[in-house]
Amino acid sequence: MEKFKTLSGVAAPLEIMNIDTDMIIPKQYLKTIARTGLGKGLFSELRYDDDGNDVPDFVLNQPAYKNAKILVAGDNFGCGSSREHAPWALKDFGIRCIISTSFADIFYNNCFKNSVLPIQLPQEDVDKLMDDANRGANAIVSIDLEAQEIRGPDGGVIHFDIDPFRKHCLLNGLDDIGLTLEEADSIDSFEKTASAERPWL
Amino acid sequence: MAGPRTLYDKIWSDHLVREDEDGSALIYIDRHLIHEVTSPQAFEGLRMAGRKVRCPEKTLAVVDHNIPTLDRSQGISDPESALQIETLAKNCADFGVEYFDESDERQGVVHVIGPEQGFTLPGTTIVCGDSHTATHGAFGALAMGIGTSEVEHVLATQTLIGRKEKNMRIVVDGELPDGVGAKDIILSIIGEIGTAGGTGKVIEYAGSAIRSLSMEGRMTVCNMSIEGGARAGMIAPDETTYEYFRGRPRAPQGAEFDSAVEYWKTLCTDDGAEFESEIRLDASKLPPIVTWGTSPENVVSILGQVPDPTKIADEARRRAMQRALAYMDLAPGTNMVDVEIDRAFIGSCTNGRIEDMRAAAAIVAGKKVSDRVNALVVPGSGLVKAQAEAEGLDKIFTTAGFEWREPGCSMCLAMNDDKLKPGERCASTSNRNFEGRQGYRGRTHLVSPAMAAAAAIAGHFVDIRDWN
Ligand code: SF4
Repeated sequence: MEKFKTLSGVAAPLEIMNIDTDMIIPKQYLKTIARTGLGKGLFSELRYDDDGNDVPDFVLNQPAYKNAKILVAGDNFGCGSSREHAPWALKDFGIRCIISTSFADIFYNNCFKNSVLPIQLPQEDVDKLMDDANRGANAIVSIDLEAQEIRGPDGGVIHFDIDPFRKHCLLNGLDDIGLTLEEADSIDSFEKTASAERPWL
Repeated sequence: MAGPRTLYDKIWSDHLVREDEDGSALIYIDRHLIHEVTSPQAFEGLRMAGRKVRCPEKTLAVVDHNIPTLDRSQGISDPESALQIETLAKNCADFGVEYFDESDERQGVVHVIGPEQGFTLPGTTIVCGDSHTATHGAFGALAMGIGTSEVEHVLATQTLIGRKEKNMRIVVDGELPDGVGAKDIILSIIGEIGTAGGTGKVIEYAGSAIRSLSMEGRMTVCNMSIEGGARAGMIAPDETTYEYFRGRPRAPQGAEFDSAVEYWKTLCTDDGAEFESEIRLDASKLPPIVTWGTSPENVVSILGQVPDPTKIADEARRRAMQRALAYMDLAPGTNMVDVEIDRAFIGSCTNGRIEDMRAAAAIVAGKKVSDRVNALVVPGSGLVKAQAEAEGLDKIFTTAGFEWREPGCSMCLAMNDDKLKPGERCASTSNRNFEGRQGYRGRTHLVSPAMAAAAAIAGHFVDIRDWN
């Protein structure tokens, strides 16, 4: 997995609550057997009109935000379907960090497997960053994962929390399958005990 | 762990391979279900790393999400869907995983076939790359939806990295009125707790109304736990549960069944066990429920009205409501019974089982689908379809003007040809009314099978408690 240490870029405001993964990447893009190339489908039903042209009002179509690397969004981001295509699409578009007051569990997990950083913050911090994001292309937001800090365009610093194991994996780009396979002995011995206790499984 | 424990605590601790002091844990997975949409990239990952499937016999694959529900004998015309399905077949063959393909009678929606085969069992940990895996919690299993990277992790290691969630209990006591069922219970619960009310939690459903549900009804309740934000929902196994598994192909048989039941009997929440949060509902007061918006928490009684956003003080909520009403093309104050529909869909992992077919058929018998409505019944599996046909339910539906289809996810997520056209309004027994879920610009109202059947006939929503 790609490492995630720092990120600096434009933050796009998406002030909608309950953005679900169907909205992030609609079903017609789920027929792929690859992990890449989904950026074109990101938010497609908001981003394109019936003829496939850009909807000028949609935030990621506005010149200031076309290269956004950060998304500041409403409550309960990523709810609904478990599709990992959602973080794949965000990443393929170029978004590596999402900031919200809350995330749905499966989406939150899926982000970490793809070197995308979801940051959960209290409402007042999200409001502040939403204001920054609304200022457009000159409002650069920087994230330092090691220090767990977000630096706004005015130099203000917001601290964020993150699970230490997840942080470690992101910083070092660790593949957790490799890590778990190193525990094969514990898994073997669990299987022995379990099949003695529950032989029907 | 000392002291009284919840059902979730027990299953969790019985599956811990390792738990660190900071709470990060490795848990063992007993059963892994896979389907065509969320698995190709996982198998690709295994191939690239030269890894194999650790326990193929604990893995079962089926095609359901993008399969057509019309005649499949000519193959699948959409090249992308066809490639995805071929890829699953090839991956299963290469890695030694059993696969129910489109011509297998056991094929169907992944969450219908797992229990049907006895692959799902009480006290197990079950995962699938699909958020409605929570369905299997109805049997007293810890069942969770996972992403594709986690599918790959489980394939390679038969374990999942995670941390323990919080315990939440929802107690539903009392007797359900006629015409009100499991779907109305769960929609009411989601209306109560909201779509993020269960985030970071595992919900245990308890109470006399839950106990008196059939296994099918319990699956409907647990299925939509994810719509309340919960990672899993579960119900303690009881006689109804044990009986369900007797004689199922993959369930334990004979003496082994009896010793399994002994273990299953220990799977209940101890008296005095603590829940971080608890909600109580009185089943006797529940009406049939309809959703009015684009989030499953947007519920209202069938006798209610479309809500008025100007009465909402919170700005973000008001805007969300305005957006939903614009999308749904509904005016505040409209009576739900006056809302006309264009389509009806009966099926999905929420309501595609035999009991759902029976409930809908009971409403439909001897009537005709409204001229303005196109109505579809999609059985949850080939076995549900065969059972329904043996009972003559297919004839009841087709005589009334419903289409009777092959099993699959169909218009629940509209990855195949079964989809709403822009602007069409649908009474649907599925679980999500998100924007575009059932087709681009399509409008979905979530209801029970009986309510969907009645709406198909009347051409608008009706209160089935006093309708015939
Ligand atoms: S029926 Fe719908 S919710 Fe269930 S697994 Fe299929 S697509 Fe998902």
